[in-house]
Amino acid sequence: MKVLVAVKRVIDANVKVRVKADGTGVETQNVKMSMNPFCEIATEEAVRLKEAGKVTEIVAVSLGNAQCAETIRTALAMGADRGIHVQTDVELQPLAVAKLLKAVVDKEQPGLVILGKQAIDDDSNQTGQMLSALLGWPQATFASKLVLNDNATANVTREVDGGLETIEVKTPFVMTTDLRLNEPRYASLPNIMKAKKKPIDALTPEQLGVDPTPRLKTLKVAEPPKRSAGIKVKSVAELVDKLKNEAKVI
Amino acid sequence: MSILVLAEHDNASLKSATLHAVTAAQKIGGEIHILVAGAGAQGAADAAAKVAGVAKVLLADDAIYGHALAENVAKLIVGLAGNYSHILSAATVNGKNILPRASALLDVQQISEISAVESADTFVRPTYAGNAMTTVQSSDKIKIITVRATAFDAAAETGGSAAIEKVASGGDAGLSKFLGQEVQKTERPELTSARIVVSGGRGMQSGENFKMLEEVADKLGAAVGASRAAVDAGFVPNDYQVGQTGKIVAPDLYVAVGISGAIQHLAGMKDSKVIVAINKDEDAPIFQVADYGLVADLFTAVPELAKELNK
Repeated sequence: MKVLVAVKRVIDANVKVRVKADGTGVETQNVKMSMNPFCEIATEEAVRLKEAGKVTEIVAVSLGNAQCAETIRTALAMGADRGIHVQTDVELQPLAVAKLLKAVVDKEQPGLVILGKQAIDDDSNQTGQMLSALLGWPQATFASKLVLNDNATANVTREVDGGLETIEVKTPFVMTTDLRLNEPRYASLPNIMKAKKKPIDALTPEQLGVDPTPRLKTLKVAEPPKRSAGIKVKSVAELVDKLKNEAKVI
Repeated sequence: MSILVLAEHDNASLKSATLHAVTAAQKIGGEIHILVAGAGAQGAADAAAKVAGVAKVLLADDAIYGHALAENVAKLIVGLAGNYSHILSAATVNGKNILPRASALLDVQQISEISAVESADTFVRPTYAGNAMTTVQSSDKIKIITVRATAFDAAAETGGSAAIEKVASGGDAGLSKFLGQEVQKTERPELTSARIVVSGGRGMQSGENFKMLEEVADKLGAAVGASRAAVDAGFVPNDYQVGQTGKIVAPDLYVAVGISGAIQHLAGMKDSKVIVAINKDEDAPIFQVADYGLVADLFTAVPELAKELNK
C-alpha cells in the first residue's frame, strides 16, 4: 500500500510570533521555519508503517512557495521515499489545499493519506476532514493509535472530549494525527544526505485543474489584549485570603 | 437570515458548549434553529427547545447518529444547508470533526474557532496559538463557523419554548463504524465548563503526584488539567491537556502548579478571569500572566493549600 503524507511549512513552534505593525499579518522575515509538529507525527507514522512492512511507498506532499521544498526534504530525511511540491505563491486556505491534495490523490491512488490535525499557524483544523469529504472517503481525525487490519479496514483510536474512542474505517481513508500517536524521530545526518538524492516532482495548481483563490479575505491582524502580571504573595495563607476576600473566586 | 446550530449532546442532555454557540448565533442575528442528531435523543432535543432565543429544534433521531460519526452527520447537514445563511457549532472535538466535512461538501471555506462576531460575514479568530487575532471576511454564500465557547457567554438554559420538528435521517454513508470508547469516569466537572481549574505541569514529576492536585480540586469543586509537558511525560491522559493543541479554558479561577508557562499553554488559559501560579522558579513566564504568584516548592505549597482550604 502507498501512503501519502501532507506536510506544511510553518513558523517554528518555539518562535515568539510577532504581529506586523501595519496589521497585515505576522513577521516572517528572518524567522525560523519548520515542519508543522503534527505533520512530523504524520510522517513518523507513515515511516513506522513502512518499517513494519505494511506500507511499500511514502509520498510526501507540500503546497506553497519555493521554500516548501525544504519541508519535503525534511520528510524525505525522516524516511519518505519521494516528494511532490505543488508550487504557488497564492495564499492557500484549507479548502484549496484539500482540493489540490484531492487532485494529487487522484493521480497517486494511495490507500491512506495522513495529515496533522491542525497547523500551528492558522490553527484551522479542517484540511483532513475536507480532503476525505471531497474523496468520499472515511475520516479518522485526532488519531492516537492506528491498527491496519487485513480485511481492508483499519481501527483508529481517537482523542475525543473526555477520553478515547475507537472507530473502524474502510480503506482507503484519511487520518489526522493527534499528539500521542507517536514521537517523531530526528533525521540522522546520513539520512539527510540521502534525502538530497530523493526525487521531488513539481506541479502547479493549473496542472492539477484547481483554482486556489482564497475565499476568506483577511481584513486585519492584531495583537491580542495583553494580560499584565499581578502580585506575588508570600505564603499559601495569604494566597487563600486574597482569593477569598480580594478576587472573591473561592 | 436563519442560523443552524449543531448541538453538542449525549442524547439525554445538551452540553453547555451548545449554549455558547447559540450566543454567537444571536450576535450574528436571525432565526436560530438547533439541530440535534442523535439516537434516542428526545432528552437532548427537549433541553434544546428550552434554550432562550431558539426558534426551532430539528431532531434527526436514528441509530446511525448515536456516536456522531462525521460521515453521517455531515451528510445530514448538507441536506439541510439550503435553508440557512449560517451553520454553527461549538469548536468541540465533534464540531471540529463534522463541520469541515460538511463545508467541503458544500464548497465553503469554514471559519474556525471564532472569538468575536463583527458582522454577518466578518469574524475574529485567534491564530498562531492566540498570538495574533485575525479578522476575516467570508465571500461564501453559506457561512460555516465553529465557535470558541470560552469567548461567548452561555445562552440561558431556560426561557425558550421552541417547537421540535422531526427531520428525516440522511442515511448511513457506510464508511465508518463506532467500536468503543474509554471515557474517564470522574465526579469532577468537565474541564472546558468548570468554574475553577487546577492544572499541573512537568514540575509535578509523576502521575502519582497529581493526587495532590486532585485533593485541592475536590475541595474547590474544580476540574483537573495539565500542560502539554505533563501529558508528553505520560503523567496524565491527553484529554487533561490545556493549551493550543489541547483544550481552551477560561474559568473564573485557574491555578497553574509547576507549569512554566510555555506559549502553547498560555494560549489555552490566558482568558481565565483570575490566574494563580505556584512555581519554585521565580523567573517562570507563567508569573507574567498570573494575578497571584507564589514562588514556592509545590510539594510543600500544595498540601498546605489543601489544609488551608479546610479551614
